[in-house]
Amino acid sequence: MNINAPNSYRTGPDEHGRFGIHGGRFVAETLMPLILDLERSYKEAKDDPEFIAEMDSFLEHYVGRPSPLYFAERLSEHLGGAKIYFKRDELNHTGAHKINNVMGQILLARRMGKTRIIAETGAGQHGVATATVCARFGLKCIVYMGDVDVERQKPNVFRMKLLGAEVVPVSSGSRTLKDALNEALRDWVANVEDTFYCIGTVAGPHPYPEMVRDFQSVIGLETRKQMMAREGRLPDSLVAAIGGGSNAMGLFHPFLDDKDVEIYGVEAAGHGIETGQHAASITGGAPGILHGNRTYLLMDDDGQITEAHSISAGLDYPGIGPEHAWLKDMGRVNYISATDREALDAFQLCCALEGIIPALEPAHALAKVIELAPQKPNDHLMVMNMCGRGDKDIFAVAEHLGVDL
Amino acid sequence: MSDATRIDRRFAALKDEGRSALVTFVTAGDPDYATSLEIVKGLPAAGADVIELGMPFTDPMADGPAIQASSLRALASGQNMVRTLDLVREFRTGDDATPIVLMGYYNPIYVYGVDLFLADAKSAGADGLIIVDLPPEEDGELCIPALNAGLNFIRLATPTTDDARLPSVLSNTSGFVYYVSVLGITGTKAPDIGSVTQSVARIKRHTDLPVAVGFGVRSAEQAAQIADGADGVVVGSALVNAVRDSLDDTGAATGSTAGAVLGLVEELAGGVRQASA
Repeated sequence: MNINAPNSYRTGPDEHGRFGIHGGRFVAETLMPLILDLERSYKEAKDDPEFIAEMDSFLEHYVGRPSPLYFAERLSEHLGGAKIYFKRDELNHTGAHKINNVMGQILLARRMGKTRIIAETGAGQHGVATATVCARFGLKCIVYMGDVDVERQKPNVFRMKLLGAEVVPVSSGSRTLKDALNEALRDWVANVEDTFYCIGTVAGPHPYPEMVRDFQSVIGLETRKQMMAREGRLPDSLVAAIGGGSNAMGLFHPFLDDKDVEIYGVEAAGHGIETGQHAASITGGAPGILHGNRTYLLMDDDGQITEAHSISAGLDYPGIGPEHAWLKDMGRVNYISATDREALDAFQLCCALEGIIPALEPAHALAKVIELAPQKPNDHLMVMNMCGRGDKDIFAVAEHLGVDL
Repeated sequence: MSDATRIDRRFAALKDEGRSALVTFVTAGDPDYATSLEIVKGLPAAGADVIELGMPFTDPMADGPAIQASSLRALASGQNMVRTLDLVREFRTGDDATPIVLMGYYNPIYVYGVDLFLADAKSAGADGLIIVDLPPEEDGELCIPALNAGLNFIRLATPTTDDARLPSVLSNTSGFVYYVSVLGITGTKAPDIGSVTQSVARIKRHTDLPVAVGFGVRSAEQAAQIADGADGVVVGSALVNAVRDSLDDTGAATGSTAGAVLGLVEELAGGVRQASA
């Protein structure tokens, strides 16, 4: 155990938005008043019983929560070792965990009187969730998406358009998620009066990492209850994929102070960490400042941000949420990585054994479940967050498997 | 308060002359080191009173496409922080009076190492810093150490900086205040002269520092109008676009690159001087 371990891992961030050295508010002055306003509004809302009741009602009746905790029996038998459970967040409306957070932020935006919602998206899941909830509430929605991602996630682009969102392809920089984030920030700077920026992950300037974590924590809170009901005790380990890290933080956070629960965050190793073509900011990066927060980043010796690579557009980001960066520094969470190849193998195994087509993001987590489960005893309870369904990825997978659709 | 910097001395001298400063922004190393040095060396003679030198960064999120493109051109030509400081040092061998403000984003400085950067920037001959993504809430990171190292820390004030917030924005600001005249990113919208004049007056009620106005200034006429109500006019995207427009098909500098930028600076300087005449 870490001798510098705090009494609790669940008290962050501090009043400056810091998790240890990470986090903070590194934004242009134009945005500072907006971020402070958002922080005040969120603090009021999160303790307001009316806001909580409204949120709970939409999560139940619109999103479809609670999501099941499913015993993956055939996979467990096949691997031997741990009893593997999937937290089925891919069964949410829109097919991923992203909507938990979007619902919270859009209800908050309505409370704040904002009428125009902007978002960035990589794989398109956060964009689809934002477009969906905006349609539900009649809000104008603009989604920024790197034009490389527009190309590799065509079905989601069409979904967003059907839902009434304007999808703006971003052709600057590396034309992926980080550039979509830059463009969304630029839009926000130019449209401060009526616009709410709905960030899709546990990153960005304070209070976003805290707020998005809180909205996603429903995943871990449900898992605790469901595991107690099923097995009469807490799980022994948790495994989740990490791009920015919102699904992982949602699952992990309610368990951080349960010291006996092992926690594994799985980054995307792309072609392999040693090739330099990966998206593993913790495993292969260093602390730096981007998009409003200090965290682990992929960059060169001069502090220039380098391009991430992953088969999964949702993990293709050169940073990671600042709370993950802190949990890494504290040694509370084990950050490991899975390659494109390992994720593709896990994807196929899951289809074949469980009849579940996982998104490529949780396929990375599954790749490490495949490695970890056989090392555990039969009474070990392992929970993996099945944070998205894979319908959006079948074209990319077919291409990698050399199948002509 | 530390000793007067070149920035303090330059604004004081211009005040005595009764005119506003022309503050010019170019990106260090755009489109290549040699051309960039030629441009920067030519700026004072063309009429620039203060030089803002951009430290290239891959992800300049508060800047528009023109400045991002100039950053990427510079990086592609091999520019980095060491070479940016080299450029300042080379400029200083021929000019010990024109202030140089290094402008950019925090990450390349953080990675270089804050203390080492401040020491190297000071010894190279830089006078101040504008770091876009360091608001007063993060003053402990670089602002306070920079002031202690004898560099000015110039803060941006924007239309969203209201009277309640202005004092904290101005508290550790030195050299001058950079008023961002439009809501948005650099080089996109034209400023509304009337509201700019009012905003400058509002800031001046809170500080004795000179106030320079930028974002969206393109022409000598605009420069003249803004110079009427402010202590300085900042021009950036228009100069960076002049670099871009002078390049050949491969993106390389041509014989006209430095001349194109310096010619535009002469025009703008004419506007600024005309305002005060």
